[in-house]
Amino acid sequence: MEEPILQVTPHPILVVRGLNVKFGEDEVIKNLSFEVKKGEFLIVLGPNGSGKTTLFKAILGLVPSEGKIIWQGAKTPKISYLPERLSQDQFKNLAITIKEFFRFKESRDEKIVPILKAVGLEPKDILNKNPGNLSSGQFQRMLIAWSLISEPEILFFDEPATGIDIGGEETIYSLLEKFWKEKNLTILLITHDLDIVYKYATNVLCLSKKGVCCFGPPKEILTPEALEKIYKTGIKFYEHRHD
Amino acid sequence: MINQFILSLISAIFIGGVAGYLGSLMITKRMGLVGGPLGHLALPGVALALVYHFNVFLGALLTIIIGGILIWLLEIKTKASMEALSGLVFASGVALGFLILPFSEEHQLEEALIGDIAKISFADTILAIILSTLIFLIIKRIYSKLLLAEVSEDLAKTEGIKVKKYNFIYLACIAIIVALTVKLVGGLLPVALIVIPALTARNFSKSSFQYSFGALIFGAVSAILGILLAKFYGLPAGLLIILVGALIFVVSIFLKKSYE
Repeated sequence: MEEPILQVTPHPILVVRGLNVKFGEDEVIKNLSFEVKKGEFLIVLGPNGSGKTTLFKAILGLVPSEGKIIWQGAKTPKISYLPERLSQDQFKNLAITIKEFFRFKESRDEKIVPILKAVGLEPKDILNKNPGNLSSGQFQRMLIAWSLISEPEILFFDEPATGIDIGGEETIYSLLEKFWKEKNLTILLITHDLDIVYKYATNVLCLSKKGVCCFGPPKEILTPEALEKIYKTGIKFYEHRHD
Repeated sequence: MINQFILSLISAIFIGGVAGYLGSLMITKRMGLVGGPLGHLALPGVALALVYHFNVFLGALLTIIIGGILIWLLEIKTKASMEALSGLVFASGVALGFLILPFSEEHQLEEALIGDIAKISFADTILAIILSTLIFLIIKRIYSKLLLAEVSEDLAKTEGIKVKKYNFIYLACIAIIVALTVKLVGGLLPVALIVIPALTARNFSKSSFQYSFGALIFGAVSAILGILLAKFYGLPAGLLIILVGALIFVVSIFLKKSYE
């Protein structure tokens, strides 16, 4: 395995050193080190099964891990997390309105209404609806509003535009960019979409099934060779498994 | 001395209402049927209480807790599925309950199986009121947390919700409520008090507030009507509470259409 490439950043908000995550015998993340500085838009890239979601969960303490995860600063920053595949069907099975869903985090209507408007939703049309009854684009925008309402400093988004058409996906990412700039957020985001990486990422962390990783500004490190290393290894691995 | 009828009415309202309220959360968590087997677990405890003349609630709670721990230990020891082990423990509970209760004592057997609220004591009424109120307040506090965990456990955990702790509290509340319902509907039928009011409320609810408090109200109303009918016809109250609840549910299916 190659040594992880480490870039030293001036004001890191998060430092990860020698992170290892194992599920039984399966080493999903092996000796991973990187830093995130305040105000960064970091995209985590890699094929399926390369440990992107596991990395988020390890940082958030949702799965056991070894190594160091250090939050710099006086106290742990306020975090919001949108897990992968948060489905509308889960909501359809529950008697719950969007207003009640927001009340998990914020009880004041005067805070809920503006944030819904900011993501382009009309509060009076949707507050008493079940989240399962929104369109998929509206649902995703509602989730973004939900993650922003607690005024977090860091956002962890795991493929926030899954299942949305191209136009809708554009809206989601431009919304995220807008909030990132306006609220001086630090965003960590998982996506497969290279266009998004080039367009928004200040830094990119690539993971691959063999644990090879690269880390740095996308235009510098995402060379054709690097991409081949990340994705071709994955493709060969699949072919091997299916043989 | 307060009228016996009033005592049974008050305790039925409290137990029925809170069982419905908790039931709305249990159905949300797809655990509605748990009340059935748990009631069966209460049977040997109820039998012991009736034979040795101590409090039926305590007997029921005791064997529910022992049974629960037994299933948990057996699962760790045998790695067999929780479902199959529950079957084993619940059935053994019923068998043990019947063995303990002498068949000659027909009334005792009936009380263990379908409950007897008509002769509830003043002390037991106070116990029912206190415990029901306490459980209502606890569940009200943790309801939204468990609901968020139902949407996504990871989401709840990142919001700082200790899901395991709240699940444990929730399970303890279920054990106590089932033990309380045993006095009202016996060891065979607690599931009805838990499931039916919530099913009815669901037909009229868009929000979790309407759903949970609707279940509480339907639970209490079924209890009132059941107790009144029992008084009028001289039939077992527990059975009538359940049948009234089921009838309200059937009516609600038709009313649902006009509500929508």
